[in-house]
Amino acid sequence: MKRIWQLGIAALAALAFAATADTEITFYYPVAVGGPITRTIDQMSADFERENPGIKVKPVYAGTYQETIVKAITAHKSGQPPATAILLSTDMYTLIDEEAIVPFDDIAASADERAWMKSFYPAFMANSQTGGKTWGIPFQRSTIVLYWNKELFKEAGMDPNRPPATWKEMLEYAQKLTKRDASGNVTQYGLQIPSSGFPYWLFQGLTTPNGVELMNAAGTETYFDKPEVIDALAFWVDLGRKHKVMPAGVVEWGTTPKDFFERKIAMMWTTTGNLTNVRTNAKFEFGVAMLPASKRRGSPTGGGNFYVFKKSTKEQQQAAVKFARWMTTPERAAQWGIDTGYVAVRPDAWQTAKMTEYVKGFPVAAVARDQLQYSVAELSTHDNQRVTKALNDGLQAALTGAKTPEQAMKDAQAEASRILRSYR
Amino acid sequence: MSRQAIHGWLLLLPAAALLALFTHWPVLGTIWDSFHATSKAGRAAPFVGLENYRVMVADEVFWKSLTNNLWYCLGTIPISIALAIVMALWVNSAMRGRTLLRMAFFTPTVLPMIAVANIWLFFFTPQYGLLEQVTGAMGIASRNWLGSPDTALACVTIVAIWKEAGFFMIFYLAALQSIPPSLAEAAALEGASRAYYFRRVVFPLLMPTTLFVLVNAVINSFRLVDHIIVMTKGGPNNATSLLLFHVYTVGFSFWDTGYAAALTVVLLAILATIAVVQFGFLEKRVHYQ
Repeated sequence: MKRIWQLGIAALAALAFAATADTEITFYYPVAVGGPITRTIDQMSADFERENPGIKVKPVYAGTYQETIVKAITAHKSGQPPATAILLSTDMYTLIDEEAIVPFDDIAASADERAWMKSFYPAFMANSQTGGKTWGIPFQRSTIVLYWNKELFKEAGMDPNRPPATWKEMLEYAQKLTKRDASGNVTQYGLQIPSSGFPYWLFQGLTTPNGVELMNAAGTETYFDKPEVIDALAFWVDLGRKHKVMPAGVVEWGTTPKDFFERKIAMMWTTTGNLTNVRTNAKFEFGVAMLPASKRRGSPTGGGNFYVFKKSTKEQQQAAVKFARWMTTPERAAQWGIDTGYVAVRPDAWQTAKMTEYVKGFPVAAVARDQLQYSVAELSTHDNQRVTKALNDGLQAALTGAKTPEQAMKDAQAEASRILRSYR
Repeated sequence: MSRQAIHGWLLLLPAAALLALFTHWPVLGTIWDSFHATSKAGRAAPFVGLENYRVMVADEVFWKSLTNNLWYCLGTIPISIALAIVMALWVNSAMRGRTLLRMAFFTPTVLPMIAVANIWLFFFTPQYGLLEQVTGAMGIASRNWLGSPDTALACVTIVAIWKEAGFFMIFYLAALQSIPPSLAEAAALEGASRAYYFRRVVFPLLMPTTLFVLVNAVINSFRLVDHIIVMTKGGPNNATSLLLFHVYTVGFSFWDTGYAAALTVVLLAILATIAVVQFGFLEKRVHYQ
């Protein structure tokens, strides 16, 4: 009996020793698209642990992006942050200002790790770097594309395989595709660009082609009242209020894909993250195209990056980098893109056998990748959510007719300048 | 102190300790924070006196949220209480299937707000949403209900009424069942009409319940914002921004905790004033059996 006790104690001691020798990292992640994301992440974490003995990963599903950053910053303020988290790429300045994160350059020392930091599409790095340092590593990134219903194109006597390439064409197409009943009520709209929640992002799909960026790279200045910006907004407002090819007022983001499935709209702008959703639910042939050009092509990127938190130990930070690197190998980046519809974040992911096979069977999956060469950073500044809200309010005021585009953008710019003056 | 008083205080102690820890202490902390700037990156927040309150006076979104909240109160409180009384009277009568009806009326209360807000989002969808199918059948032109500043606030108010009326009905139903049937019999013998009986007998006897429900309805009209986050995010152009939603945005999107604390103090002051009026003034007019 005594022997059994001794053995038991020895075993417990061994367990305790093993537990202290392990580096444990907590990993917060949000879910922003449909599908069994939590199961996939849990599986990936378990696989990582098997291949990397000595590191334990504790994945924590933390809600939406907004809920995840609330939890992460609160945890940081209490001194117990996660070692790593996936948060919006646009929250970079906020996290830096809170002194919550460390740049990857400070942790990744080996040549391999340095090379890994350079292996992503430059368009995605625009939102991940500032002041010469890399603060985020792209993981689930997206961009805006145009989806169109080929059947409705045919019904209107148009070439179903030719999407609009310019703003002028998009307007002409939309006019042909808008149907009215005998009493003049619209039964089918030609186009829908959503404007609820985060209209600034969709708006960048108009300002970028119009040849203008909304902020500087340091995140301390905005250019909301430039003539090109006001022009782009006037075009957006006119689609609904003057040409009536799009519903007037604010268009709900969440119901836009459903409107598309119900054949109530012929063309929609939404994220590439919806690709798998559209593929499953559209009971008709559809196409995916780059956003049409005005002076040039262009679209903002979006989505989430890996960040590493400052108040975790050196060992945890190194383990977090190892984990981020493991999660973004070409094969896994390809698989993640196929499973979710996000754009695989590095060029060599698109050369993997799995991805080439997938693109062969489903060519539209590559549209977002091809658009990346024209893409710019998503609007992100210091005090980001406040500046963004100033722009959102201005956009919605113009779209609902409360202000002229010019007045709305002048007001938004004045508010943004006021907020940002302390960062200059 | 007498033995009895000590006994009384000891009995109160557990509840008082919890209230102090989770209600009174945070309230004091919030008032304290409202006189300080927001601490950035762990540095101590400097004392700024009334600056946060001066910012508030100039904050258009704050004033917009306050007026929105007023309309939201005026919309939800009387309508949900009136509906609750009507529903309670209905399911209190002896008729077949009333258990089913009671359950149907109570269902909105047990459903999670985030889930139902997502369903309501599709009810209000232009063209093929439930509302549009009804108005379309009547030949009314299509509207963008949640996307237009004229109708968005009314839409979120309707969701709140739908959510609350069933909950209040339960209290009225309990109160109605405690009214002795002899009163109805006496009224019938005297030849009182049903309307007269309701106005002079039932409604006064329901007053304690009405006070309780009123207090709850007022608190809820400042507290229920979950569906705003799902349905409109305060838009279009702040047309559906309510006070608590604004506090949430400032506190957890902008991370301006000092200003958020000042906004919370104002919210607390409004609720405290209303509570004093309700308990001090209305309670005198309430008849307890």
